[in-house]
Amino acid sequence: MTQNSTLPVNNQAHTMSEKFFKSHFWHSFKIDIVAQLCFLVFIAYVFMALFAPAIAPFDPYDPASIDIMNSEIPPSWSEEGDESFWLGTDNQGRDLWSTILYGTRVSLLIGIGAVFLQAFLGICIGLVAGYIGGRLDSFLMRMADVQLSFSTLMVAIIFLAVFQASFGTELYQELAMFMLILVIGIAEWPQYARTVRASVLAEKEKEYVDAARVIGLSTPRIMFRHILPNTLSPILVISTVQVANAIIAEASLSFLGLGMPASEPSLGSLISSGFEYIFSGAWWITMIPGIVLVLLVLVMNLLGDWLRDVLNPKLYKG
Amino acid sequence: MLAFLIKRLAQAIAVMFVISIISFSIQDNLGDPLRELVGQSVSEAERQALRDELGLNDPFITQYLRFAGKALQGDLGTSYFFKKPALEVILSKLSATLDLVFGATLIIISFSVPFGVYCALKPQNWFAKTIMGLSTIGISVPVFLTAIGLIYIFAIELGWAPAFGRGETGSFLGLWDSAFLTKDGLAHLVLPSITLASIMLPLFIRLIRSEMQEVLQSEYVRFAWAKGLFPNRIHYVHALKNTMLPVITVGGVQIGTMVAYTILTETVFQWPGMGFLFLEAVNRVDTPLIVAYLIVVGAIFIFVNTVVDIIYGLVNPTVKLIGNK
Amino acid sequence: MALLQVNDLEVSFDMRSGSVKALQDINFSIERGDRVGIVGESGAGKSVLGFSILNLISRPGSITGGNVLFEDRDLANLSAKELRDIRGNRISMIFQDPMMTLNPVLTIGTQMIECLQAHRKINKNDAKKIAIQKLQQVYIPSPETRLDQYPHELSGGMRQRIVIAIGLLMDPEIIIADEPTTALDVTIQAEIMELILELCERNHVALIMITHDLGVISQVTNRLFVMYSGRIIEQGPTKEIINDAQHPYTQGLINALPQMTIRGERLQQIPGSMPSLNTRITGCVFHPRCEHAENTCTRTHPKYTTSGGCKVACHMVEKMKSQPLLSE
Repeated sequence: MTQNSTLPVNNQAHTMSEKFFKSHFWHSFKIDIVAQLCFLVFIAYVFMALFAPAIAPFDPYDPASIDIMNSEIPPSWSEEGDESFWLGTDNQGRDLWSTILYGTRVSLLIGIGAVFLQAFLGICIGLVAGYIGGRLDSFLMRMADVQLSFSTLMVAIIFLAVFQASFGTELYQELAMFMLILVIGIAEWPQYARTVRASVLAEKEKEYVDAARVIGLSTPRIMFRHILPNTLSPILVISTVQVANAIIAEASLSFLGLGMPASEPSLGSLISSGFEYIFSGAWWITMIPGIVLVLLVLVMNLLGDWLRDVLNPKLYKG
Repeated sequence: MLAFLIKRLAQAIAVMFVISIISFSIQDNLGDPLRELVGQSVSEAERQALRDELGLNDPFITQYLRFAGKALQGDLGTSYFFKKPALEVILSKLSATLDLVFGATLIIISFSVPFGVYCALKPQNWFAKTIMGLSTIGISVPVFLTAIGLIYIFAIELGWAPAFGRGETGSFLGLWDSAFLTKDGLAHLVLPSITLASIMLPLFIRLIRSEMQEVLQSEYVRFAWAKGLFPNRIHYVHALKNTMLPVITVGGVQIGTMVAYTILTETVFQWPGMGFLFLEAVNRVDTPLIVAYLIVVGAIFIFVNTVVDIIYGLVNPTVKLIGNK
Repeated sequence: MALLQVNDLEVSFDMRSGSVKALQDINFSIERGDRVGIVGESGAGKSVLGFSILNLISRPGSITGGNVLFEDRDLANLSAKELRDIRGNRISMIFQDPMMTLNPVLTIGTQMIECLQAHRKINKNDAKKIAIQKLQQVYIPSPETRLDQYPHELSGGMRQRIVIAIGLLMDPEIIIADEPTTALDVTIQAEIMELILELCERNHVALIMITHDLGVISQVTNRLFVMYSGRIIEQGPTKEIINDAQHPYTQGLINALPQMTIRGERLQQIPGSMPSLNTRITGCVFHPRCEHAENTCTRTHPKYTTSGGCKVACHMVEKMKSQPLLSE
């Protein structure tokens, strides 16, 4: 890198992109159709989420655009369907396609937000535990074990249930998104902490860390500038799967009525609100958002599997 | 043995302590006991007198100790809704939840081990690849969606199994009622059990497969080949036993997840178990019931962990629970 | 008919970056009662050679050329049953790390008896008697109680004795010992070595001793193969090679032995390190580290030249003889 520093910036960028296209990572991606497909679908989801207001024909948050008379219209391809509602309407008369677009936006936002929080907490704790070691390390890892054995969903259900019971449903619904990110984010920190810690322990032994210490770099600097970059590939692998898990957790909580309210639905609360209508034959209110949710999670899991195979990091087991 | 007991006891006390603190804070913050006792028509002075009498103005620690003392005697308060002791209400739903957990565990164990082992031994085989593909889909479908899908297909469209409820139960020696003992009960049990198993089964298949693949690469398995043993003996005695050690540990850790999923499953199927009751209690702000649920779950948690430790100790000779060393 | 014969053996590993040859041009034969040493740095392919004799190379590795003949039968053509009949019965192997070779969840007795029962019809009690007898042969005190113990209850040296006892169970013709003492404490290394030697002599078993320690091998073996980067570069009677090594690499190895160095002087070492197997080297594999290398060495791999009882793969053998090394 020091040799390159005199080169013009765009030249350096050019060599970097060249390096990427020659890498094992890119090569594996090029030959793996499943990975390409998953990536494409994931990009489509992100696109849908980002531009939901532009794509959606109706605004499901605007009560003026909703007519209760339009409720439970089947998808447009069935006999009783209506041309203007592609995927039909839900029990409140909202256009299902629009609601799904906004729901995907909410689900992805919570999933990614929660994972950012998990990663932040987990990486900090993992770095500290691994680098400082000793009693602090064993205490933190013991905490992680306890936290994991209680299971995220369990902790989230109890916490949110108590919160809702204490502060009432109305206040809860206002804060729902924030609370979901907070709870799922806090409950899953051990995943990152363990992996980062394991990588730190492995990296700590290596010569470059000694060298960094010998030339007098401060501990935080060594951790963030020298050790952390080397733990990136396990973090990337976990993050993919963790977003999938966070989305499932959010959907489950919403399904139990502990998540997003029906007025601002995520995919989970959409499925939940449609559930009772499957008995009267209105399967689409539940099934279509269900398929959208499963596809999203599946794609993330497959990408995670693929990344694990390609990057082959040593993940923490157990 | 002594060390094991002490470790277990310490863990039990720690878990119960945390749960009791949480429970107590809930009881302290949620719902004013006075409201339950006297209603709205009592003057402020009378309220204060009652508060003193009930000890509600005592310091936090005194109140907590009183709560803990009562809890130790099994008195967790009276359910606002059922007007019965909360613990009694919860325990009356225990058998339904256990039916479900037992059914799911049966499915998980009887499928995860053979499938996981098969996928580890023949990773290139089409059947193994199918199982692995299905398991990836399996972990991607949330429990409640599996439940809804099963209800839609098997209950609504095909009408093969009932969609909700527990059906008839039979009595086991007059001590215990279980849906396993009647035909109707079993029919009701099928879909919820499959649902509850659906998320754990793929997880365990994947876990057993990866652990076994690792064990198959180990030196002692190589040495077993060099000894000229029969392949079956190497796979099922040398490799499988070592594979199961981490699987047992992970299985113990999953109990929390299992409890969470019973709440989801019971909610969808309206299965009259503890999880369903808990969610109802949350919606009704029935504090004593919420507290009782947490404490019972904590007790189950400790119990399962102890059992898992004992099983682990029996399988793994390097861990001595009861022994001379 | 040789007991074991290896012809032009080549073993390759299929890696992501392509196929890598871990062994090539391996030729030798072993007779009953031979004691053969295979020496080289770690990564030279010694262990792969040991495993390929039992056809135990695991994926992604495989034998891609040549063959291994046991009593004139090609191991690659044998059925699973016939292979099983050889492994542990006619040829047995002692692994490197006794901490890893014994199954942690099975008792010593189980691990011994199962081996006997795999190869012949025998009831448990008789098998037990043989197991005890073999444990006595490797000088394990109170063998009866050992049978009920698990590996973790025994020390490393004790475990290696048990591994040796398992190797002896079926009275094999060949024992392959893959660095049997490296994982052990220095104090018991010699004991284990002596034990192996004694047992092989007494039972007239052929021994293939794989090690990186020339000092050990000179005491135990009567023939020596020196391996470098997947090839045998020098072979012959142990004494001859130790006293008068022809190949510059072997000379380097011998000069690096502490007992070869005059007190107070620095230990001599071979400059550089062995290339990893996926770096392709044209010509003699050793030439990048060789102080005698000339142009011819970079072009073709040398053929064996016979010198005394030894075969050496080096272009410069003749030249070096006329101009002896300065260090000698």
